[in-house]
Amino acid sequence: MTTAPLADRTTAVAARATELSKIYGQGETRVVALDRVSVGFRQAEFTAIMGPSGSGKSTLMHCVAGLDTFSSGSVRIGDTELGALKDKQLTRLRRDKIGFIFQAFNLLPTLNALENITLPMDIAGRKPDKEWLDTVIRMVGLADRLGHRPAQLSGGQQQRVAVARALASRPEIVFGDEPTGNLDSRSGAEVLGFLRNSVRELGQTVVMVTHDPVAAAYADRVVFLADGRIVDELYGPTADSVLDRMKRFDAKGRTS
Amino acid sequence: MFRTALRNVFAHKARLLMTVLAVMLGVAFVSGTLVFADTLSNAFRNQSAKSYDDVAVAVTSYADPDNPEEAPGLSAGDLGRIAAVDGVAGVYGRVEGFAGVADPDGKLIGVGWSNKGSNFAPGEDGKDPAYTFTEGSGPVRDGQIALDEESAAKGEYEVGDRVRVATNGPVKEYTLSGVFTTEDGAVNAGGSLVLFDTAVAQKQYLRQGYFEDATVVAAPGADDAKILAAVEPLLPDSAEAQTGTALADEQADQIEQGMGNLKQVLLGFAGIALFVGVFLISNTFTMLVAQRTKEVALMRAVGASRRQITRSVLAEAAVVGLVASAVGFALGVGLAVGLRSGMAAFDMKMPDGPLVLSATPVVAAFAVGVLITVFAAWLPGRRAAKIPPVAAMNSLHAVATTKSLVLRNSVGAAVTALGAAGIVAGASSGGDEGRMYIGAGAFLALVGVIILIPLLSRPVIALVRPLLVGPFGVAGKLAGQNAVRNPRRTGATASALAIGLTLVTGLSVLGVTVGTAIDKMTTDNIKADYMVSMANGGDLDRSALTALEKAEGVSAVSPQQDVYLQTGDDYVSASGVTPGDIERVLNVDVVSGDAGTLAEGQIAVAEKTARSKGWKPGDRIPFTFADEKKATLTVGAVYKDSEFLSPVLVDTAVVDGHEAKPYIRQIFVKTDGGQTAANEQVLVDALGDNPAITVMDRQDIRDEFGGAINTLLNVMYGLLAMALIIAVLGVVNTLAMSVFERQQEIGMLRAIGLDRRRVKRMVRLEAVVISVFGAVVGIGLGTFLGWAVGETVAEEIPGYALVLPWDRIGIFVVLAGLVGVLAALWPARNAARLNMLTAIKAE
Repeated sequence: MTTAPLADRTTAVAARATELSKIYGQGETRVVALDRVSVGFRQAEFTAIMGPSGSGKSTLMHCVAGLDTFSSGSVRIGDTELGALKDKQLTRLRRDKIGFIFQAFNLLPTLNALENITLPMDIAGRKPDKEWLDTVIRMVGLADRLGHRPAQLSGGQQQRVAVARALASRPEIVFGDEPTGNLDSRSGAEVLGFLRNSVRELGQTVVMVTHDPVAAAYADRVVFLADGRIVDELYGPTADSVLDRMKRFDAKGRTS
Repeated sequence: MFRTALRNVFAHKARLLMTVLAVMLGVAFVSGTLVFADTLSNAFRNQSAKSYDDVAVAVTSYADPDNPEEAPGLSAGDLGRIAAVDGVAGVYGRVEGFAGVADPDGKLIGVGWSNKGSNFAPGEDGKDPAYTFTEGSGPVRDGQIALDEESAAKGEYEVGDRVRVATNGPVKEYTLSGVFTTEDGAVNAGGSLVLFDTAVAQKQYLRQGYFEDATVVAAPGADDAKILAAVEPLLPDSAEAQTGTALADEQADQIEQGMGNLKQVLLGFAGIALFVGVFLISNTFTMLVAQRTKEVALMRAVGASRRQITRSVLAEAAVVGLVASAVGFALGVGLAVGLRSGMAAFDMKMPDGPLVLSATPVVAAFAVGVLITVFAAWLPGRRAAKIPPVAAMNSLHAVATTKSLVLRNSVGAAVTALGAAGIVAGASSGGDEGRMYIGAGAFLALVGVIILIPLLSRPVIALVRPLLVGPFGVAGKLAGQNAVRNPRRTGATASALAIGLTLVTGLSVLGVTVGTAIDKMTTDNIKADYMVSMANGGDLDRSALTALEKAEGVSAVSPQQDVYLQTGDDYVSASGVTPGDIERVLNVDVVSGDAGTLAEGQIAVAEKTARSKGWKPGDRIPFTFADEKKATLTVGAVYKDSEFLSPVLVDTAVVDGHEAKPYIRQIFVKTDGGQTAANEQVLVDALGDNPAITVMDRQDIRDEFGGAINTLLNVMYGLLAMALIIAVLGVVNTLAMSVFERQQEIGMLRAIGLDRRRVKRMVRLEAVVISVFGAVVGIGLGTFLGWAVGETVAEEIPGYALVLPWDRIGIFVVLAGLVGVLAALWPARNAARLNMLTAIKAE
């Protein structure tokens, strides 16, 4: 394991995977998507998960976020062990403790921007915290677009609504699956800026899967995955340093 | 291109399932009807051929038995002359009339109208070829009867038992001399047949020594036509002869005609079911085309012409139609077989016969199935052809769903307005012509509303949205919005339900309104406690009247006796009644004059008749009686028209001497102490416990007049159920489509915390909203139509007032909601089970 020691960081862990494995199929068709992965995500930290396609980065995120089941190991969100939860409890956990930002199909076309933002609270039957909601909306700069339907918003604006939705319910952790994948670079930069701000200013925990070194550079820390294992970790990344590491794995992968 | 079409059918098996089911049900209805009618006509035809098998020539007398100046039928002498004709082996004279048999409990065996009595006519060998005795032998003297096998079994009678039999006179007891089987039509229709000794039957039904009919049996090898030619000159003027074959054919034609009417009614309902199916099919193909946009664009890009694209869609529809028709036809044949055994199980006697599969139902099934499917797919096919080749290049080709509905709405509004105008015009003009306007208007209004339904869906569903959000929270809110996301599809789905409910509601409003009016009329006009009549609807014997007049505790009795009265050249419909009592048993609302004058031999006249004839109290009117005798009668009173009173009332005593035989339709009875079980028993006993006479209390009378409407309504509901089933399939189809199209959305909702239960609830509520919306539109239109048709008959029904059957309407709405829940079962389960990860994965 090349995982860097975590002991020097003292803040609490928002989510942690221990010896997490995910295996598809049996016998000849057996595919190991995740191979005994152990990783922790600290509170108020912005983590990017990187890796080539098929490396298991999305699977890792899905398992940790309670979207997918795993074969062995353990996942904890806060104090909750996910492996023991039934679908109903998992759903409630996602609703109350996790925020999501997907690459596309993020919003319900029938609801306006504000309704989309408060949807998780609506589902939970909770009243949104007005002050917090205003803060989030102000941060993503959507105050004048709240009555618009998704079809009336640009892709970047739609994704900003999605970011606001993920933050609005004050989840313990926000997961993003290639949140800038469908956006042009300017809109992408905006969305990533909001995510970083939410960590810096609001103390939010964010975990994001991406294959874009520029996006990863917004994070505090980058975790590199290859063949279902964590192969490296980087703190305070820049686009160049991320790209360098990526190249190194590629080279290693070819030589070994 | 055909291969592409075929491949597409297989690729979308599951999504075409509902279409196949809808076409299949419609085709099954059509082919089932045709096969059933064919099989039944064939069986009836065989039966009538069989019952005339032995008959070479049949002779029928049309003489008037009430005319004392001519022979009332065929005499023994006539029969003797026929018997002497060359080639005739035997002549059997027949008389027949009503005869009811009591079971040991005193109840009538068999249905009233087909209970028959006839004579046993033994030939020289002592046998009557029309009857085959399984036990005992034919009745040969007074006091003996024979009974058909089935009736004997129902009454558990054995040869030698005493059996009570009523003709229209008092009930008599006979000894059962034998039990027989026969091909007689009345028996085959589930009635009973009593055979009397010839002399007894003649006295009872005609006159001693005379017959109504005669059947001539030919010697082996003799030619029927030759016998007919020889017999004809021997007959009295009032009689006619036909060969047995001709008679059988004639009867078969009559059956065919009756069957044809039944067939038309059933096919009409099948047509409605198929019409509803069109919406479902069209929806399915619209979705398939939308999903295939890229594929179609690619084909266009590589050189397929628009026509080829349309044809490929139509070919796909044809394949679907063909498969569905084949299955539907098989189902239809099964339906026909099942229907026959079902009828047998309900004691409706149908003649046996082989299943008849002629070419017509086969051709009809496939033509209907394929044409309907292709027709419904035609518009989606054209839409597919309009997809531009460039759509293949765009990674994100938005499916055009919210295309402008302006043109559609304007056309719809115009057509609806035209239809509504037609309906209102028809309602105000009334009569047959009015009903024709309403029919045309109803069709236009229905089409118009179907065109308008997408427009209507938004505001109507917006109205109920608060009801959804309140109790169901976010699932209800999303469901309400999803329901109007694709107004065309929602519209088509709701239309299917709306059509069925328009008809169901229209019929209900009309039926309940008319039923209530009739009921009110009955209760308003009948003051009597009991009504006495014959079970077969025939006339009561005078003895019944006398017996009731003498019965204990009877305070008023009056017959309604049909009387022949002629004034000038006009025949007036008149009733002989008992003066003094008639006002106590029926409501006689005197406008001028005094009903008491009836007792003085004066007549009472209904208002309309009095007005048209110019009669008023005190006028003296010359009349001619049935026996041509003349008299001048004074108008004593004028009363309001009533369904229960003839236009002219007269004391029975005035007319009795002039009528050969009184024709008493009903007798109304009022008893001391009103309606009690004891009083009813007194009447039954007074009538000699006669199985052929029914004594009805007030409730029975109401059921008798109003009950038929309820039965009719239930039959209609049953027939319309097929259209509703297809509409339900349409709802299932639409939901399955919606769930499929919104996979990603549902996946996202699951990810951010909507649990499975609420995903299900969301889909279910969408279904309920669409179904109830369709139901409400249908109920609205149906009520309007019911009102309009009701207006045209209001004239003919006194006391007519529109009654909205809120209970039934409520039930329809609840049923529509249940339909939604039911239809959502499978799509909701699918939605809840959706794999979140595949669903949210970007395209």
